[in-house]
Amino acid sequence: MSATTSGSMSTLAGIFRHAVLLLTGALLLFPFLWMVSLSLKAPGEIFHTSFFWPAQFYGIENYGKALTEAPLLRYLFNGFVVCALILALQVVLCAPCAYALAKLRFLGRDLIFAVVLAGLIMPHQVLSLPLFIIGYKFDILNTYTALILPYAVSPFGIFLFRQFFKTIPDDVVHAARLDGLSELAIVWKVMMPMSLPAIIAFSIFSVVGHWNDLFWPLIAVRDQSLMPPPLGILAFKNEEAGSDYGPLMAASTLVMLPLIIAFLVGQRWFVEGLIQGAVKQ
Amino acid sequence: MASVSIQCISKDYGQTPVLRSVSLSIADGEFLTLLGPSGCGKSTLLRILAGLEVQDVGSISIGGRVVDGVRPKRRDIAMVFQSYALYPHMSVAANMALPLRMYRLSAFQRLPFLGRLLRGAAQITADIDMEVSRTANSLGIGHLLSRKPGQLSGGQRQRVAVGRAMVRHPAVFLLDEPLSNLDAKLRVQMRAEIKELHRRLGGTFVYVTHDQAEAMTLSDRVAVMLDGELLQVAPPQGIYSDPANRRVAEFIGSPKINMIDVVVRERGLIDVAGATLAIDSDIPTGTPLSLGIRPEALCLADHPGQGILTGSVRMVEHMGSDLFVHLDLAGADQPLIARLLAERASRIAPGQRLHLGVRADRVLLFTRDGQRLRREADLVCRCVTPLREVAG
Amino acid sequence: MSEPLVFTKARTGSSVIRRAPLLAVSPARRQALAMTLAGLGLAGPAIVFLLGLFLLPAVAVIFVALTDWQFGAVSFSFVGLDNYRELFADATFRVSLVNTAVYVLIVVPGTTLTGLAIALLIESGNSCRSFYRAIHFLPFMATITTMAIVWEALLHPTMGLVNQLFAAAGLPTANWLRNENTVLPVLGLIGIWQNLGYAMVLFLAGLKRIPQDLYDAADVDGADLWIDRLRTITLPLLGPVSVFVVIVVSLKALESFDAVKVLTQGGPGHASEVLLYTLYRESFEYLRAGYGAAIAVVLLGLVVSLTLINTLIMDRKVHYQ
Repeated sequence: MSATTSGSMSTLAGIFRHAVLLLTGALLLFPFLWMVSLSLKAPGEIFHTSFFWPAQFYGIENYGKALTEAPLLRYLFNGFVVCALILALQVVLCAPCAYALAKLRFLGRDLIFAVVLAGLIMPHQVLSLPLFIIGYKFDILNTYTALILPYAVSPFGIFLFRQFFKTIPDDVVHAARLDGLSELAIVWKVMMPMSLPAIIAFSIFSVVGHWNDLFWPLIAVRDQSLMPPPLGILAFKNEEAGSDYGPLMAASTLVMLPLIIAFLVGQRWFVEGLIQGAVKQ
Repeated sequence: MASVSIQCISKDYGQTPVLRSVSLSIADGEFLTLLGPSGCGKSTLLRILAGLEVQDVGSISIGGRVVDGVRPKRRDIAMVFQSYALYPHMSVAANMALPLRMYRLSAFQRLPFLGRLLRGAAQITADIDMEVSRTANSLGIGHLLSRKPGQLSGGQRQRVAVGRAMVRHPAVFLLDEPLSNLDAKLRVQMRAEIKELHRRLGGTFVYVTHDQAEAMTLSDRVAVMLDGELLQVAPPQGIYSDPANRRVAEFIGSPKINMIDVVVRERGLIDVAGATLAIDSDIPTGTPLSLGIRPEALCLADHPGQGILTGSVRMVEHMGSDLFVHLDLAGADQPLIARLLAERASRIAPGQRLHLGVRADRVLLFTRDGQRLRREADLVCRCVTPLREVAG
Repeated sequence: MSEPLVFTKARTGSSVIRRAPLLAVSPARRQALAMTLAGLGLAGPAIVFLLGLFLLPAVAVIFVALTDWQFGAVSFSFVGLDNYRELFADATFRVSLVNTAVYVLIVVPGTTLTGLAIALLIESGNSCRSFYRAIHFLPFMATITTMAIVWEALLHPTMGLVNQLFAAAGLPTANWLRNENTVLPVLGLIGIWQNLGYAMVLFLAGLKRIPQDLYDAADVDGADLWIDRLRTITLPLLGPVSVFVVIVVSLKALESFDAVKVLTQGGPGHASEVLLYTLYRESFEYLRAGYGAAIAVVLLGLVVSLTLINTLIMDRKVHYQ
């Protein structure tokens, strides 16, 4: 704001800014609040009042039902396992490759980078059909492996790490070599500790994406005990087959909770990660 | 054309004071430089002059009119930024035309497409285009008008920035380190061009820099600022040879002025590292003083004697025409630096004992708290006669 | 048992001797060779997976699209471009294509403009920036599957909050998700709700990159009203970011699936049938692999062309930075 804007004008502008942002913010947040609100209401009350606050606190019944009638904890557990393993695999595979692309000069490097870029623009859903066939041939459908393997390597991860590694001076690498570190040791002992922001950003990107993914689990697993949260919720909804929204909303709240907590704790990293993620080109 | 009056300006950023009651008058048509190290508040003062920031205390007048609370565009000023701040998406012509468009066209006339149809708009636009190309030609950038800033060299961008400021014929030009993004060679060339520009336009220039050479070569007067305070305002030569206090003396000049703590032995005589210098008898015995000797105020001497400093050479820096000799004096923790003509002192080597005479008329006296003691002919030089001729 | 071991050792020894001529090669060549080995060794595992999980499947999709293969079938035959011919003759697919276009045309301008407006508002003041950024961003990281269920509850024809409010305000109510005319706009609104925060964050990043000096220069040059600042500096300098946002949001919109799957299953009729949902149904519900692959190829083509357009525009705008 210009320093010379008169005081009353800027006060007015400030009020306008807050008013609009609070309104849009409330509109955007409303579904979340409604979700929590419904998860605390009794079945009879759900559609007969438009008020947030439940007249009768029915939370224990709803959340109890969500946890007992559907294997919700199992879904959450599946989600954690799948996301953690995907992330671990991605980091282990992507970091050395990114290092080679960023810091080594070798025959075929440009070709490899072209392959990474090609993978980067490929929407994963397009590949679901052949991946399904591969899964079928190797008889890994309906296992954790089927949920994890297709995401074992992330072109975006390679790309992001490569960009970050490029900003680390070559002298650091040279010094590490003089100290007798192998190339692989340089990746893990030198590059990775120096790339913490990129790692965190990528982790967030990866975990949020895979926690929320519905498309591939829908194809890859049938067994309830293997379902990640979104697919589990969908199954729960179809089972209920009605409008018993209380337990469904309770389950939804529990599924969203880890992400929301993580988001509130690391808001800055989330946004940074997304911006990093955006700068794909 | 306008004079500028700055009265008791203070500003704090939170707890940190950036400007402490700065007062300064700038005459109509004067070229005044605000000189100081980075963080001294000189840019803040310039931005307050421009109206981009507001002072906490004090008042600014431009052309006799108080401009506190007046928007930048109504202050009759133009500014050249350190980064040039050219609009990257506009051509050079559009960059230079923007201030004129903003002043002369109404909001409706500035509407895209539609504005051109409004009465008068076409005529005003044509006038603006003409003035822009005239100004551009006078700066030698007439052939660049259709380029974007991204396609220009550093020097060309600098000219465009100056052109954008010139085109409005402002009463006061504010320049914020305009040469600091140029390479050394170009900087010297642009320095000359800015001086020429000031002569030609005759406007009031307020120029901010941390570069002493720029300040010395360009200015009518230099205002030295340190830590938010204005320490001295004087013509360039005055700032160098007649500093108001120790801080100015130490800031101006490269290599730095030699400062030696001394005590008056008896009226008229002080001891310096084993040698004795004669000074004005007014200062009472036992008064602690600081002696400021510029490196070029030292000259070679053949043998020790009164007024001759003797020490061993620590190192010699060859600068081409001159050389800097670092001399360790007995009892001094800092080496004394002397600037000697290379042709007269070619055989000086580290470890050698060397005698240096002090040119009396160039010695500066300060109290220990940094105040300047102004007395003419305080000291008598004891240089041996033939060497004095050499030094002269 | 011991003899083969000795033999192996002997072989190893001889290989060492055989490596000796390598020493005669120039040191630079040797170092280049070592670098290549190290590079390939480090990149190798990732590349194997990349080829196996991305490139080969992509080739396979294009290949399968030329066959009449069905999941479970033992044999298949090449049918050339028949799948594509059938695809573009298929009313359902054409509807799906049009629906996707309509959906993208709702989501992209809606998301971009609101995202820009909110980013500008947030950046126009200094207070509560990260708070506003957080609350506007939250929907983007939400699990769409669960949020779709919330939207279903909100949009419930008789008991949903939306219809209750509309009725109370005297506005027409509707069975939003079961009405051919409303279902796509409603899904579009949900898409905007979801992606707006993402656009906002990208615009905020773009705004941060505009140097303060330019605004100062504009102040001095007389462009000091907010509308002038917006027109002379902010909007032109956000140009490249805006292109990027439009493309990225278009890609997101093209790939939307979850809300359709949960809320409408493409219905009523085919009114909310979008490309990815059609792809899913043909491939994995009707098990028509060849036909589904052809849809995948169409989708891939759209995505790749959007990305190429983006790259082209970005390359042309380099001088902005």
